[in-house]
Amino acid sequence: MNFAQDSNLWLVIWALGLGTFGLRFLFLGLVGDRKMPVWVLRHLRYTAVGLLPGLIAPMVLWPDATGGMLDWPRLIAAIVTLVVGYKTKNIFAAILLGGICLYTIGQMV
Amino acid sequence: MSIPEPSGFFIQGVLNGAPHSLVIGPFGFLFGVVATEAGLSIFETLSFSVLVVAGAAQLTALELMQDNTPTVIVILSALALNLRMALYSASLTPHLGTAGFWQRAAAAYSMVDQSYATSILQYENNPEMTMPQKLTFFFGVAASVIPVWYLLTFLGALVGQSIPTDIPLDFATPLTFIALLAPLLRSLPHILAALASVIAGLLFHAMPYNLGIMLAGVIGMSVGAWSEQRGFGEYHR
Repeated sequence: MNFAQDSNLWLVIWALGLGTFGLRFLFLGLVGDRKMPVWVLRHLRYTAVGLLPGLIAPMVLWPDATGGMLDWPRLIAAIVTLVVGYKTKNIFAAILLGGICLYTIGQMV
Repeated sequence: MSIPEPSGFFIQGVLNGAPHSLVIGPFGFLFGVVATEAGLSIFETLSFSVLVVAGAAQLTALELMQDNTPTVIVILSALALNLRMALYSASLTPHLGTAGFWQRAAAAYSMVDQSYATSILQYENNPEMTMPQKLTFFFGVAASVIPVWYLLTFLGALVGQSIPTDIPLDFATPLTFIALLAPLLRSLPHILAALASVIAGLLFHAMPYNLGIMLAGVIGMSVGAWSEQRGFGEYHR
């Protein structure tokens, strides 16, 4: 896969770099100690859980690598990672077990 | 005479930050591997980590770019993930807001989940600390996590160029995100937000330009905020 040539890689890198710095600098550097509206804070608390699952769900159920067909090793690995991560709160145990699961089931199929 | 050596706070910051390199390091390594597997050069991969310093946003951008998503959507989706940095910035301002301009700029650059969490805990437990001491402590934490981020990205990029392609690395990003998300599902509003996002993400998957992801994000955040407001559960740190 080679997307680096035809997509605006450097534009993305610089825009993300400057944009993220802007977010980090926003209050500390510019706004000062001003309170944000409660409703804004309430929405911001759910950015990660609101955005990431919608990004991942299609990747889990319809992976590009299998041409969008449901793939059992990938689905099972995803479930294992979710359960281990939820129960142990240990991010790397979850990734590791999910990865091992994906690899071993993939070898058997 | 009564002012303690600031260097003591720097070393304390380094020590308090050190355990977090165990989290940051592997994540940087993973990004390095995934990025070079996707076709980025080592220089491009390292630039990504040095300029952005936000793993989840970097992986998201990479994933969307491989999907031929328009650049504007790539940037907006990844930046949305970093909105929490504005919260960190606001929360650090009472402690570091009176520092000099370049010091605040340097602190902003090195503001990541780990340096923020470690520092705010220290400040809340030691209210007698002065601003220069707090700033020194912050840079101590940053000094123990940020270089690890660069170094492990670089090592990951080196390895990524030599890993055989029969390992299904396309799935490293979803697995990482699932592992990052699972511990966050700590209250009913968080779970409802995630469920709404999954449903929306699947329903709107066919939308052009990956707009469905933005839509899923807005719906997920709104469902979370709405159910928190309805008293379905409280947010607790």
